[in-house]
Amino acid sequence: MTDATLDSTRPTEHSADDRPRPVPDRPEWSNIHAPDTHVIAIDAGRQRSWLPDRLRRNPSFVAGTVLLLVIIAAAVFAPVLYPGDPLSMVARPLLWPGQDLAYPLGTDSLGRDVAAGLMHGARISLLIGFVATTIGVTVGTVVGAVAGYRGGRIDDFLVRVIELFQTIPSFILLVVLVAIAQPSIATVTWAIGLVTWPTIARLVRAEFRVLREKEFVMAARSLGFSDTRIVVREILPNALPAIIVTTSVMVATAILMEAALSFLGLGDPNVVSWGSMIGSGRELIRTAWYLTALPGLVIVLTVLSLNLIGDGLTDVLNPRLSRER
Amino acid sequence: MSGIQRIGKTFRRTIWQAVPTVIGIIVINFFLLQLAPGDAADVLAGESGSATMETVAALRSRFGLDQPVLLQLVAYLDNLAHLSLGYSPRYNLPVADIIGQRLPGTVALMTTALVIALAGGIALGIVMATFAGRWPDRVISIVVTLFYSIPGFWIGLMLILLFSVKLGWLPSGGAATIGADISGFDLLIDRARYMVLPAVSLSLFYIAIYSRLARAAMLEAQAQDYVRTAAAKGLSPLTITVRHVLRNALLPVTTVAGMHFGGLLGGAVVVETVYSWPGLGRLAFEAVMSRDFSVLLGILLLSSLLVIIANVTVDLVQAWLDPRIETR
Repeated sequence: MTDATLDSTRPTEHSADDRPRPVPDRPEWSNIHAPDTHVIAIDAGRQRSWLPDRLRRNPSFVAGTVLLLVIIAAAVFAPVLYPGDPLSMVARPLLWPGQDLAYPLGTDSLGRDVAAGLMHGARISLLIGFVATTIGVTVGTVVGAVAGYRGGRIDDFLVRVIELFQTIPSFILLVVLVAIAQPSIATVTWAIGLVTWPTIARLVRAEFRVLREKEFVMAARSLGFSDTRIVVREILPNALPAIIVTTSVMVATAILMEAALSFLGLGDPNVVSWGSMIGSGRELIRTAWYLTALPGLVIVLTVLSLNLIGDGLTDVLNPRLSRER
Repeated sequence: MSGIQRIGKTFRRTIWQAVPTVIGIIVINFFLLQLAPGDAADVLAGESGSATMETVAALRSRFGLDQPVLLQLVAYLDNLAHLSLGYSPRYNLPVADIIGQRLPGTVALMTTALVIALAGGIALGIVMATFAGRWPDRVISIVVTLFYSIPGFWIGLMLILLFSVKLGWLPSGGAATIGADISGFDLLIDRARYMVLPAVSLSLFYIAIYSRLARAAMLEAQAQDYVRTAAAKGLSPLTITVRHVLRNALLPVTTVAGMHFGGLLGGAVVVETVYSWPGLGRLAFEAVMSRDFSVLLGILLLSSLLVIIANVTVDLVQAWLDPRIETR
């Protein structure tokens, strides 16, 4: 499920090299015959409009952002609207949605409010999704940057390690890690971060290998800048577009992983989570199917919003890819 | 260089590259096993219910669990060399035997899902590329993005709800009708009826990936000179699409199909749990529930090795498909 999410959206091999460079309106030399001159000219026109403007005009990005903001709002206002513990009994069990207006989405087999569960679940899913991705992106960027910038033996070694982690089926490794460490929010988050970093490491390494050969890096080196400064101030900003695009998809993957884990009963038992709601609702699928359908729908919407944002960012940050669409 | 030679050389190179990965996986497995709370002696003692400290110590020394870690690693490697993955007190069977029983179910499910995903994905990709930018492309894009966002276990439950509970067309779980005395064509139909829902749930996500990939690859192949040549010599659009564009667009799709083997295995864990499918995934779930770590890590080791085998196979297929892929 997971390796694939990330590997499939690989906008990376293009970005660094193909980023259009602004060219003067009138070429200084009239005899430019470079085969891609016209391509650069078209892209340069696009490049001129401001980034937020281009994002605002991208339907995928706008739709995804609106959807995600709604879900974030639900997570933020959960303690205000439903101050009690979402795991406590509040009403008659198995009320259907709409049956009692005090519980608009019904109650589960233990009389817990489904709406409260969904809103509090949003907090857990988003928290784990974003923190796990931060861990994965940080580890991956450091490893990838060292491998790509240093090259040589260190690179060979790190590539082996990345390959190793990409060979082990990541979801099975995740299950093993969480089962060994005992499920809690912290262990689930760390485990998801630990199985997702290779994706970003491979990407950052590829970007750094291309970028370190560029003239501006050579210029920085000849000015006597330290390696740290070159990596952080010169190369990393140029690798950022690719990292950002992948990050949005990684958050989606992390949320899907957390949902699957807690569906299997490997989530934190003390908090309500969308996956665990589906897990406990599945026993009643013949009689009260809304208990399974509603949390799943919310997961789909959340993941969809992040994927739409990822698509939009790919369009805007990778003009060459988007023209092929 | 002849085809056979090329494939032979690719085979030697990929096997050689796989060796350090295999060693790394084994070492990681061993240390995870060390980290797992409670060893085999604890489990056995717990099962018996009346073990004294002395019995546990005796069990430990019998299994070599009181040895230093490095010696245990050597013993573990020795066991692996004899194809032994340890012993599961829970099932009272060697781990390798338990996994061996469940492996065919998972392989059958994964293969079916992969075939559905490739066929469906490529078909959708062709439609999208043919109508690029027009409404069929847009509509399918939206549907595909949706497929991409649906958790496999949830769509599995929803398919059960629709096709088993509401419509009653298909069974909701298991792999075959129990006690049915059928053979030949009827047996095949029976198996297929149990296979279709889990395989579809597992494949939706990959249909999304392959359709996007096939679309991009088709569009790229369409822009090539040989396609213009084919059009110029008067071939029909259908012939051009099938013989010239599609054939060249398939290569990138087969590359990632190999990479997704591990992901499919992970997805199978959840989908098999939903459908009570007798495979490795459900075994992993049962192992987690009973904290049977020797079985769990046996599955992790075996599935990693399966991924390596899949990667080698993809490399070989590619060397066979594309003469330009030389030994690096």
